[in-house]
Amino acid sequence: MDELIISTVAQGLLWSVMAMGVFITFRTLNIADLSVEGSFPLGGAVAAMLLAEKVNPATAIVAAGLAGMLAGAVSGLLYTKLKIPALMAGILTMIALYSVNLRVMGKANLSLLNTDTIFTSLEFLKLSPNLTTFVAGLCIAVAIPLWLYWFFGTEIGMAVRATGNNPQMIRAMGVNTDDMFLLGLVLSNGLVAVSGALIAQDNGFADVGMGAGTIVIGLASVIIGEVVFGTRNFKNSLISVVLGSILYRIVIAIVLYLGMPPNDLKLFTAILVAIALSLPLVKAKWDSRMVGM
Amino acid sequence: MLKVEGISKTFFAGTVNEKTALKNVSLEMKPGDFITVIGGNGAGKSTLLNAVAGVFKVDSGKIYIDDVDVTQMAEHKRAAYIGRVFQDPMMGTASGMMVEENLAIAARRGKTLSLRWGFRDDESVEFKEKLAKLNLGLEDRMKSRMVTLSGGQRQAITLLMATLRRPKLLLLDEHTAALDPKTAEKVLDLTKKIVEENALTTLMVTHNMRDALRFGNRLLMLNDGEILLDIHGEEKAKMTVHDLLEAFEKSGGEDVSDRMLLS
Ligand SMILES: Nc1ncnc2c1ncn2[C@@H]1O[C@H](COP(=O)(O)OP(=O)(O)OP(=O)(O)O)[C@@H](O)[C@H]1O
Ligand SMILES: [Mg+2]
Repeated sequence: MDELIISTVAQGLLWSVMAMGVFITFRTLNIADLSVEGSFPLGGAVAAMLLAEKVNPATAIVAAGLAGMLAGAVSGLLYTKLKIPALMAGILTMIALYSVNLRVMGKANLSLLNTDTIFTSLEFLKLSPNLTTFVAGLCIAVAIPLWLYWFFGTEIGMAVRATGNNPQMIRAMGVNTDDMFLLGLVLSNGLVAVSGALIAQDNGFADVGMGAGTIVIGLASVIIGEVVFGTRNFKNSLISVVLGSILYRIVIAIVLYLGMPPNDLKLFTAILVAIALSLPLVKAKWDSRMVGM
Repeated sequence: MLKVEGISKTFFAGTVNEKTALKNVSLEMKPGDFITVIGGNGAGKSTLLNAVAGVFKVDSGKIYIDDVDVTQMAEHKRAAYIGRVFQDPMMGTASGMMVEENLAIAARRGKTLSLRWGFRDDESVEFKEKLAKLNLGLEDRMKSRMVTLSGGQRQAITLLMATLRRPKLLLLDEHTAALDPKTAEKVLDLTKKIVEENALTTLMVTHNMRDALRFGNRLLMLNDGEILLDIHGEEKAKMTVHDLLEAFEKSGGEDVSDRMLLS
């Protein structure tokens, strides 16, 4: 049981990196970016391919992140330069990445069972596998939000946030909003790919289909985090994303434990997100009804 | 200061919705000019200000700010010269960000942004002083998000933001229209104070004829994309709303819109 809890939290920590990527586009830039469905397996594919070539795990993760950034740049350019709506730009990138990922791996599935990973390289800590994942996840899930907190507090980071908030205003303040959208998408997809690289190493394989539902899982984590842990300020929002990601994994573990078939997980998550997204409307209706009473 | 030479703008050219919003408009402003702009709905007031701000490119004509040809310059580049306040109080600020963050962004209008921290401690002190001068109790709300403020408070902050770095040109597009009369009066007083203190060259659109006469040293009346009346200094100072309406009709203006009469 303890092992199960540790493993669930560890999963949440690794996935939180992806959720932070989704947070950047969905909340900070205020656009729904579906390219993450492609950049998540891209990260896994790039890392797996490099690890199979005996590349150092840390280098493989960095390379995965860079590949994700490139994917984000493609979406960003489609959106800002070619004026393709953000949703469509993301879908195009996602579909294109499916082929790219197959090319990167050379096949649909690449096993990592006999290669070194970031987790096997931590074996010197002499911890159980789950605890090792937990420690690695914790380091990453603390370091990245700290870095994001710094970045979004800088002049450029504040301009990115303002761009998502009110592009008209920030243009009037002299900022090229196209550049800011591009930067945000690059950053977001880079994080999502890093998360993909971590999850692939944790799972012991990379699969071309591992990205299905990424956006929904990301949204679920972001929204659960917001509802339960708050959005008082930017720092609070960032922490909420990480905690939301962990909480989402716990919810999933519980429903599986209660006997829900794993095949229904995506349906369950989609319904969860649909409910969460409609909460503001439901709440407003409810409040107005209460006033009428 | 600002020189507009025969600019024209047609929206949806070549379609059934074709609408010529500006017809060969020319205007020259001297440094320190405070021009009020009036005109009925759809007269082209906002279009004129947006053309100057670079929201869109004009079809023909030239725009100069301080002898720099900005006709083809992108909106965000022109922002280095221009401070703007919009009609919609939501529009001028990043509503999800704190008052302090909005001011910090405004303090960097037109500057190249870096990876330095978004605002410095000494700036916070300066912002606080300037907010205190607005007399709206905003100096204690530095850490509040803009959404939590009233429309009047937001417009006052937007005005402060537009002028935090002295702009060569201040564009105000009916910036008090969405406020209740008392708040509108307060924001107008603030406007006058800030414009005078900084000797700002200002274009202020209003639908209120009395305000248009009360403020500024020059008055433009737009009608159907053209400047119908251009009244300067002494003449403007002596003018009443009645005179203005008479002048409007004499110069062949169409029916004065209800909106203008009522205000
Ligand atoms: N972005 C746009 N796209 C299409 N048509 C526009 C656009 N902006 C303005 N117009 C049209 O141009 C004409 C002038 O509009 P403008 O907004 O300049 O009027 P205004 O004088 O500011 O009026 P109001 O007092 O209602 O604000 C109107 O017919 C309007 O419909
Ligand atoms: Mg207007």
